[in-house]
Amino acid sequence: MKLEVNDITFGYTGERNVLENLSLTYETPDVMCILGSNGQGKSTLLQCIIGAFHVQKGSILVDGKPVTSYHPRDFARKIAYIPQSHTPSFAYPVIDIVTMGRTARMGYFANPSHEDRVAAMEQLEYLGIDRLANQPYTQISGGERQLVMIASALAQAPELLILDEPTAHLDFGNAYKFVQLVNRLRDRGMGVLMTTHFPDHALELHGRTAIMSKGHVASMGEASEVITNESMSKLYGIEVHVEHIASRTTCIPGPLD
Amino acid sequence: MADTDEDVRMVTAEGAEVASKPKHSGFWNTSVGLVLIILPIVLFLFSLAIGAYHVTPSQVIRVLLGHITGNMPSDVSSLSASIIWDVRLPRVISAALVGAGLSVAGAVFQGIFKNPLASPYTLGVSNGAGFGAALAIVLSLGAAFVQLFAVAFGLLAVALTFLIASRGRRNTVTLVLAGMLIGALFSSLVSLLKFTADPTEKLPQIVYWLMGSLSGVGFDSLLKIVPFYVLCLIVVFLYRWRTNVLALGDQEARSFGINVRRDRAVVVGASSMLTALSVSLAGIIGWVGIVVPHLARMLVGPDFRRLIPASVSLGICYLLVIDDICRTLAAVEIPIGVITGIIGVPMFLYFIYKKKVNW
Repeated sequence: MKLEVNDITFGYTGERNVLENLSLTYETPDVMCILGSNGQGKSTLLQCIIGAFHVQKGSILVDGKPVTSYHPRDFARKIAYIPQSHTPSFAYPVIDIVTMGRTARMGYFANPSHEDRVAAMEQLEYLGIDRLANQPYTQISGGERQLVMIASALAQAPELLILDEPTAHLDFGNAYKFVQLVNRLRDRGMGVLMTTHFPDHALELHGRTAIMSKGHVASMGEASEVITNESMSKLYGIEVHVEHIASRTTCIPGPLD
Repeated sequence: MADTDEDVRMVTAEGAEVASKPKHSGFWNTSVGLVLIILPIVLFLFSLAIGAYHVTPSQVIRVLLGHITGNMPSDVSSLSASIIWDVRLPRVISAALVGAGLSVAGAVFQGIFKNPLASPYTLGVSNGAGFGAALAIVLSLGAAFVQLFAVAFGLLAVALTFLIASRGRRNTVTLVLAGMLIGALFSSLVSLLKFTADPTEKLPQIVYWLMGSLSGVGFDSLLKIVPFYVLCLIVVFLYRWRTNVLALGDQEARSFGINVRRDRAVVVGASSMLTALSVSLAGIIGWVGIVVPHLARMLVGPDFRRLIPASVSLGICYLLVIDDICRTLAAVEIPIGVITGIIGVPMFLYFIYKKKVNW
């Protein structure tokens, strides 16, 4: 699947433009991380990509077709989107939530079939949270809830998973586990496009990385090329050192002495 | 070490199963299902039997069967037969339809708006319908027009709500806020009509209508709404799975491939129509659409595949019982809208106190 964002401009009604002349291209299967400090329009960009917001200028194409002209059902078969955090309203059992991911693959008035429930269960097993299947979604932890949303997205069987700051609400350990999960998903042939506040995650994933600044893409390339002392210091407005420890690379904020 | 991990995991897995057993075991589901089917039928027959004029349950059944088979029982007086068939039956059917309609609409609204206080009236249907009815009363147009105006203005209010909301951020919060505004507008218009209405004749009629009552409902007003009512109920039922997905949240539903604005409009539209039809029959009966869905959710969970049938059943039971109370408690009939509030509010407070209003 190919995603092309061509020279888009977007602003909320009556406000200054959040995105200006932004372009990027991406092709599955690959991981792409979008870095940027707060308020640079990362989430807005994702909303434009999934067609929730209509751009004022430029075009966003998925496999050559404008995203806003897709039927929601056809679009869901290509791209699944997971928002930053999900506030649950009702105590649906986890398995039902994951089965909802099958909606785009069901008939319009259909209820989930046995196969749909099996497919949902498979994703829970894949993510190692099958024990949660009958638990109310409202009574599991935030980290588990995110895994459930990922299971739903996988049950949807899309080509690309778009995640908005997936590690923002995860603790240190779960954030690391999440990065490993993204690696597994890539190995499975799934495309992953995510925004993040942690350059380390981009380095860990060895994928493509785009740095967003003032509503457009400042630089784009392999994580190890794009994430440098200079670019990170400029992006976050503090001194940053990219250091190599054994086979790993990490960013250290602040002066080293 | 690996073994210990495995053990811990198995324990939690079992724990989870045990914890969820009471709500999901086959026996529980079957029992609840049976009660939800049998209870409304029993209450329906019981409601036909009670009232100022005494008839026995066996007479009720024989008169009903007599009308179906065309073979009237000879040992039931024609007065009893007429009271059962012509007076009580339309009223009891109305109570059942209104109870089921408001409860289903309430369940849908609470789900779509993700709000425990959402009711079928959230989008201004009741105030619109109230204005329509009051207008028809002031213009002396007759009972049929009171009903027609109630439906028409109820739907007009919802249409205006959608229109206003479509100018904003187009999410459910805007829709609820727009509903509040439109409701307030029509409420003021009703006050204006009350102020101008003739205080000896029209004003009591308007006030009485707004309090809600099932007295004087006949087969004619019932039959006018039944086709539309059934149609709306079918639509809501067909969308039961999509409503589940919509209840998860706008963004999530969208990602799952649902055309949120269109499907939400269909489901909310059908529910509003259901509400307008119910209101046109019985006036404004509050709290049914708030309390019954909570009760249903406690019994069968939030899944609309079970919640809709459960709301239908409990809504029928709830309103039949309340109408029976209205008819029998005092020598003069008490308006049903008054009783639903007096019983509904303490029930709702109980749910909150017991933390049964959970999400």
